[in-house]
Amino acid sequence: MAQVRLDHISKTFASGDEAVHAVDDVTLEIEHHEFMILLGPSGCGKSTLLRMVAGLEDPTAGDVYIGDRRVNDVAPKERDIAMVFQSYALYPHKTVAANIEFPLKVRGVSKSERAAEAVRAAEVLGLEHHLKRKPGQLSGGQRQRVALARAIVRNPAVFLMDEPLSNLDAKLRGDTRAELVDLHRRIDSTFIYVTHDQVEAMTMGSRVAVLNEGKLQQVGTPQEVYDRPATAFVAQFIGTPPMNLLPAGMWGSETVQVGIRPEHLRLVPGGPLHAVVRQVEHLGHEVLLFADANGTRLVSRLDPTSFLPEVGDPVAFDAEPGRLHRFDPESGERIE
Amino acid sequence: MKRRLRDVPWAVVMLLPSVVLIAVWTVYPLVKAVQNGHLRCDVTGTKCVDAGWGRYWDVFISAEFQHSLGVSLKLMALTVPAGLVLGVGLAVLADKHLRGIGVFRTIFSSTVATSVAVASLVWFVLLQPQIGVFADLFSGWFPVLKNPGLLNDPGTALLAVAFSSIWANLGFTFIIVTAALQSVPRDLYESAYVDGAGNVRRFTNVTLPMIAPTLLFVTVVLTTRALQTYGEIALLTSGGPNPEKSTTTIPYLIYGRNSIISGDLGTKSAAAVLLFVLSLALALVQFRGLDKRVHYGR
Repeated sequence: MAQVRLDHISKTFASGDEAVHAVDDVTLEIEHHEFMILLGPSGCGKSTLLRMVAGLEDPTAGDVYIGDRRVNDVAPKERDIAMVFQSYALYPHKTVAANIEFPLKVRGVSKSERAAEAVRAAEVLGLEHHLKRKPGQLSGGQRQRVALARAIVRNPAVFLMDEPLSNLDAKLRGDTRAELVDLHRRIDSTFIYVTHDQVEAMTMGSRVAVLNEGKLQQVGTPQEVYDRPATAFVAQFIGTPPMNLLPAGMWGSETVQVGIRPEHLRLVPGGPLHAVVRQVEHLGHEVLLFADANGTRLVSRLDPTSFLPEVGDPVAFDAEPGRLHRFDPESGERIE
Repeated sequence: MKRRLRDVPWAVVMLLPSVVLIAVWTVYPLVKAVQNGHLRCDVTGTKCVDAGWGRYWDVFISAEFQHSLGVSLKLMALTVPAGLVLGVGLAVLADKHLRGIGVFRTIFSSTVATSVAVASLVWFVLLQPQIGVFADLFSGWFPVLKNPGLLNDPGTALLAVAFSSIWANLGFTFIIVTAALQSVPRDLYESAYVDGAGNVRRFTNVTLPMIAPTLLFVTVVLTTRALQTYGEIALLTSGGPNPEKSTTTIPYLIYGRNSIISGDLGTKSAAAVLLFVLSLALALVQFRGLDKRVHYGR
């Protein structure tokens, strides 16, 4: 049975006289001990969805289930969840220990038990030497771990995280990604993780749910989502650089939009796609070739040891066989 | 270094207006008051002799000053905690995203734009024993409202002045605390809410600690204002009712038309300096004592 089930969830905000559909009829099942990523650009409704699971927002329509219980009318504290905020939301006037203990204190856990649990949670995250400090004396990464410790101290069934890494620098973000995956392995909780960063989604998630404009685009493992994007939006949103999307008629049928990942777009003399090289980016382990085909920008990922054309050269591309993605130009949906 | 020296003349020119203003209207009067405080004058106030620093002690232990000190401290005790609690309470109530809340914010903060004279006049009319609204409405429960009137009864006059004073300062407290409340990150409330904290716990664990620096500031300002209360007294009670002098605060003792020392420049100056020292000491105690419990910034 699913640990968290969202059943035709919608959320509409009133903005002046207009109604904004932040989340539009999303149905999603998240299994026990899954690491589910909600991925999408800003404003796609992913945070609103998470906040409805937390109980910080009420759905306009639809039902939220945690375990076998419908929780629409259940207060956050009764939902067996913990949430980590983008800003960490630590209490600046409390010590690290008091911050971690806070959820237990609210629940009336005895002082000695609280302290023991806080130490245990701090040890899981390597914070045992910082318990007496205030958040202001910690680095960004340490603060982030305090927020995590405060969440795990309660042993929640479901962990909700709202872009918890976005305030860290790139190096720390990489390290913390690995730590979070490791934490997920060690504890028996379900993770729901909101991000706009596809690298986080690809590296951490057991499954990824891609959202755009309030609508669920696709749910699948990171590899599935990458290999078989369900819509043109997913195809362009996941992957760096993004997939080349050729306007209908440029390749094959007039009624089909064709997508080719940069690594599947090859320089082939006499190939069907003619273009002029605009830019060559050397990244060490690979080269990105940007070209212009009658106003459509193309990007190809090449081996640096291969023959490379110069800027201004006319070139011809072909796609690796079996690597074409086809989309309906109207609906954007994948055509098999 | 050279550059710095070159800037000196300009710096002097720029600073001059402020320096002149502070020197003429703050430093000079303070020095003069401290000097005048040494003087002991005769009954007519024309012949004065320099009695030295000991004069301050004489004034301090005098029955008049001690009485006024008691009145001032009582007024402080009546106005500061009540004003703080009411101001914070209103600010918390108005810190909700409700339709039309702006109207209430405007009403609650309106007293900041009301002068002491107007506020006192309003209260004077409200409390008037014959025609006042309060006497009409509540004299059944509180006969003192009608006879002799809240401002005319030695037991209640200070309380009535305190009402007026609390009301007049409410707008100030409300505005400052509202600004502080709006700077508390919403995430903290939401996090506490998800963790299961109810309204009361969110208030004590998030709101109060986050606005503590502001509360310290407001407390110091309200305390100083309470000690300097003069306008309300002069307009509402003239230091009376007499002979108890129930509302003769230190400032009224110093400036008041009906004050027993009104003709005595030396004693007035000494009392003013003593009030200054008292205010300074209280402010320092508040900063020292509360600062340790107040958390600034992140």
